[in-house]
Amino acid sequence: MKHFKTAICAGMIALFASSVSARDLVMNANTSDPAQKQAMEDLIADFEAAYPEIDVKFNLYDHEAFKVAMRNFLVSDAPDLITWNAGNRMKVFVDLGLFEDVSDVWEAEGLYDKMPAVVGASSVDGKQYGVPYAYYAWGFYYRKDLFEKAGITETPTTWEEFKEVGAKLNAAGITPVTIGTKNLWPAAGWFDFMNLRINGVEFHADLMDGKVAYTDDRVKKVFESWAELVKADFFVENHPAYSFQEALPFMNQGNAAMYLLAPFIVSMFPEDVREKVEWFPFPIIDPEVGIYEDAPTDSFHIPVNAKNKEDARLFLAFAAKADVQTKTAGTLDMLPPNVNASVKDDRFAKGGFEQLSKANGIMQFYDRDTDPALAKVGMQGFQEFLQNPDRIDQILERIEAERARIYGAL
Amino acid sequence: MPVPLPDLGVPMADIQTLSGNRLRRDTNFFRKNKLVIMPMVFIAPAFAMFSLFVIYPIIQSIALSFTEWQGIGPKKWVGLDNYRLLFGDPVFWTSLVNNVYWLVLFLLAPVLGLFVALFLNQNVFGIRLVKSLFFFPFVVSQIVVGLIFAWFYDPAFGLLATMLEPLGIKIPAILANEDWATFGIIIAGLWPQTAYCMILYLTGLNSVNPEMIEAARLDGAKGWRLLVKIVLPQLRAATFIALVVTVIGALRSFDLVAVMTEGGPYNSSNVLAYYMYDNAIFRYRMGYASAIATILFLIMDVYIAWFLMRLLKNEKGAR
Repeated sequence: MKHFKTAICAGMIALFASSVSARDLVMNANTSDPAQKQAMEDLIADFEAAYPEIDVKFNLYDHEAFKVAMRNFLVSDAPDLITWNAGNRMKVFVDLGLFEDVSDVWEAEGLYDKMPAVVGASSVDGKQYGVPYAYYAWGFYYRKDLFEKAGITETPTTWEEFKEVGAKLNAAGITPVTIGTKNLWPAAGWFDFMNLRINGVEFHADLMDGKVAYTDDRVKKVFESWAELVKADFFVENHPAYSFQEALPFMNQGNAAMYLLAPFIVSMFPEDVREKVEWFPFPIIDPEVGIYEDAPTDSFHIPVNAKNKEDARLFLAFAAKADVQTKTAGTLDMLPPNVNASVKDDRFAKGGFEQLSKANGIMQFYDRDTDPALAKVGMQGFQEFLQNPDRIDQILERIEAERARIYGAL
Repeated sequence: MPVPLPDLGVPMADIQTLSGNRLRRDTNFFRKNKLVIMPMVFIAPAFAMFSLFVIYPIIQSIALSFTEWQGIGPKKWVGLDNYRLLFGDPVFWTSLVNNVYWLVLFLLAPVLGLFVALFLNQNVFGIRLVKSLFFFPFVVSQIVVGLIFAWFYDPAFGLLATMLEPLGIKIPAILANEDWATFGIIIAGLWPQTAYCMILYLTGLNSVNPEMIEAARLDGAKGWRLLVKIVLPQLRAATFIALVVTVIGALRSFDLVAVMTEGGPYNSSNVLAYYMYDNAIFRYRMGYASAIATILFLIMDVYIAWFLMRLLKNEKGAR
């Protein structure tokens, strides 16, 4: 009897020990939209199939909840892997010393050559702190049937053509552009593109880094052009009442024709509307200025306080593979950063990919490129401007005051 | 909060004889100071919890308001800078004014609640069902109330617009309009708050002395005079509670703002509680958010002081 008990004890200990040595990889993710969730679950399943000895523990957070939670768990109880965004949003945590330097993974996997488009966004001071799994282009999603109804045969490529398209749509009783600014950021997409098209990427980057005043004449010029659209009734009425999804029914019901947004909107169109939706890039405003685009990049990072960094590195290497990226980006309706991966065969992904290949420079996005507090004040300003274009001087002064508080006087 | 000692109704001498011999063996010190020590022992657990979870966070939060802090990383001591920025921040003043709107307009809830309660306080078939239906808005979560009202106000597809359009009335988009957003939210907030006050008054009306009303009627009082001179004084307790919960409800208004407008359009419907949250969570300005919290705390203190003073006065009056 005594031996039996000992045997059970030994067995228990062995079991316990083995469950510890079975390699656990804890991953916290903010990929809570249906398509994102699917993509992440598939990726993890494939990884576990390739490495049967590793057990991935997947914790899913809502986007906003994740922003709050990560500031806690990165310090107190860090997972081995997290999803986050490349660019300035990553840099914040790198500066706080909370993200692991993963340049070794980039070197070992030869990612510098395989993912040339996202090296910059993944680097701080020449070192890489994350591995991107998808990025995406912004552009106009438009109803082709409504364009035809208004007598428009070609998509606009210049500012004049764009304004003409809007006039024709308005004449046909269709609001040219739908937008929901309750979330604020959809308006920032407009500002980014207008500024990139008018002032170019260097100026835009300086503005994001707080090196230029918002009261600068070049910024004012952007708002002058934007005001042409506002005053010509380009945008749906009462947009501050709608979130970005709530503005979609205007397009579904045929009351509005275009929406400047990113690929995550594709899966939100009803089936019958999606068939009629096509894509075109933001038109050129100043032909002297090159083509610069917003291409927000989503990536994996290893927290400095992670326990199982070795397997986390295995995961990064796995997620960077061409075939893996093809599948992940395909599910997401986004683009794979790996040049050997193939872009999903549909008009949205192809169009976005083509536009980004032409681009002379890439930014992330307004609220990813600049300080979060400044981004909030800025985007509220854009929203107010869209409702009251005449108040632009006060608005810019207010944004400038916030810029000066954060980055100092110029 | 110091809790007044419960009066056990048993003279102290009796307790001593009841406890008998054992007590006599206790130290002299304990026996002499029993009246001081025992209450302290009983209060200690509650006081420890209260200190840990209420007083300590308050002190911590006030201390934070003198720093600049991202939520992680090093804290930087900035003295009164946060307050200086706060008083120069137009959004702070908008939020403060909106808080005043909330406070004033929310006082309609006890008034409306009283009239609904008077209306429902009758014996007709099915009145219980009607009462519970009127109480329903308070049962529903504030988040749901906010969502329903946001849909109700929707300028393109909402019920309000759909109802008024055939009549040729065009109302502004309430939640998208800087002049209307706050009032739109307050009306949504009044809905459940009125239901709550109504329940308070309904229970109050149960304890109204019918003989007094009878007597007043005999003396010729009716209608408004009867209500003001005879019924309302008897509802004083209910009115006091209704006022207390309404003022607290107005000052901590947060969930409806968060759900319906997120403080927008461009901060026109912001309130202090939401602006604090916005700064802490989305702008990572913990120090600044703490400064807002401290101001809100000071405002509430005025009211809490009034409340406590009244409570103490009532207790003294009762004795």
